[in-house]
Amino acid sequence: MSEIADKVKKIVVEHLGVEESKVTPEASFIDDLGADSLDTVELVMAFEEAFNVEIPEDAAEKITTVKDAIDYIEKQKVA
Amino acid sequence: MFRLDGKTALVTGASGGIGSAIAGILHAQGARVVLSGTRESVIQQQADKLGEGRAFAAAANLGDAGAADALVAKAEEIAGAPLDILVNNAGLTRDTLALRMKDEDWNQVLDVDLAAPFRLCRATLKGMLRRRAGRIVNIASIIGATGNAGQANYAAAKAGMIGMSKSLAQEVGSRGVTVNVVAPGFIVTPMTDALPDAQREKLQASIPLGRLGQPSDVASAVLYLASDEAAWITGCTLHVNGGMAMI
Repeated sequence: MSEIADKVKKIVVEHLGVEESKVTPEASFIDDLGADSLDTVELVMAFEEAFNVEIPEDAAEKITTVKDAIDYIEKQKVA
Repeated sequence: MFRLDGKTALVTGASGGIGSAIAGILHAQGARVVLSGTRESVIQQQADKLGEGRAFAAAANLGDAGAADALVAKAEEIAGAPLDILVNNAGLTRDTLALRMKDEDWNQVLDVDLAAPFRLCRATLKGMLRRRAGRIVNIASIIGATGNAGQANYAAAKAGMIGMSKSLAQEVGSRGVTVNVVAPGFIVTPMTDALPDAQREKLQASIPLGRLGQPSDVASAVLYLASDEAAWITGCTLHVNGGMAMI
């Protein structure tokens, strides 16, 4: 697992207070991990801070799973 | 009841009559209080007077871009603790009839009285959400509900503040953070002191409780909404106006 994926997972575990085993790439923040809409906003803000990237509103809306977050951040970091 | 020991509060516009009464009552109830205002020497003096190592001054001109975010960071730094309570009390007026109102008069009032409080809420909420607790009390005005000739800008800003507070209250309620409004009526200030006697008497006659309000009347309402006792109240506007408008 990449460093980014590791860090994303850690942030999700910490913020949502869920078990690490549940934070699979396919896990949906809302449907599988019990997040509400405010949690998803806070998560995106936490990602922005941790990775020093800016995630615009339209991109943030599309980040619904753990994998979405990892993919988006990896793409930003390469670019 | 209504103790605030261990809590940290930021009060903007703390050099004015109402703001200083708010800072005073929060401090008296045990809170650490950061006083903000444009006149640094005045708020420093007030902070020194409150003392007990729990009062701090943070000057800010909320009309400046970036001032709100900087103020929250500065307040938490000098108080050495995250903000549990935010009181948006700072405001200004640029009164004139609409036909004579310049864009500048409109923009300045909307900036300082509505945009700056929003930015302060946004900056403060981040930490409050994380900590699952917090109290925001926004000081609006009776004018925001009734309107007033010569104050289209001020009335718009204060009505806007009430709508904003209700929206924020809905967004953050699930995290134990409350957002409420105190809407003062006519309060004794240098401005009302300057009114001619006849006008003052007429004003008084329109208030069922028979007198103008004191800054402490407003401060007590703020204290209540800032306390743990008001845990189940959010999105509410508490009118403190002696019964002048029963809404």
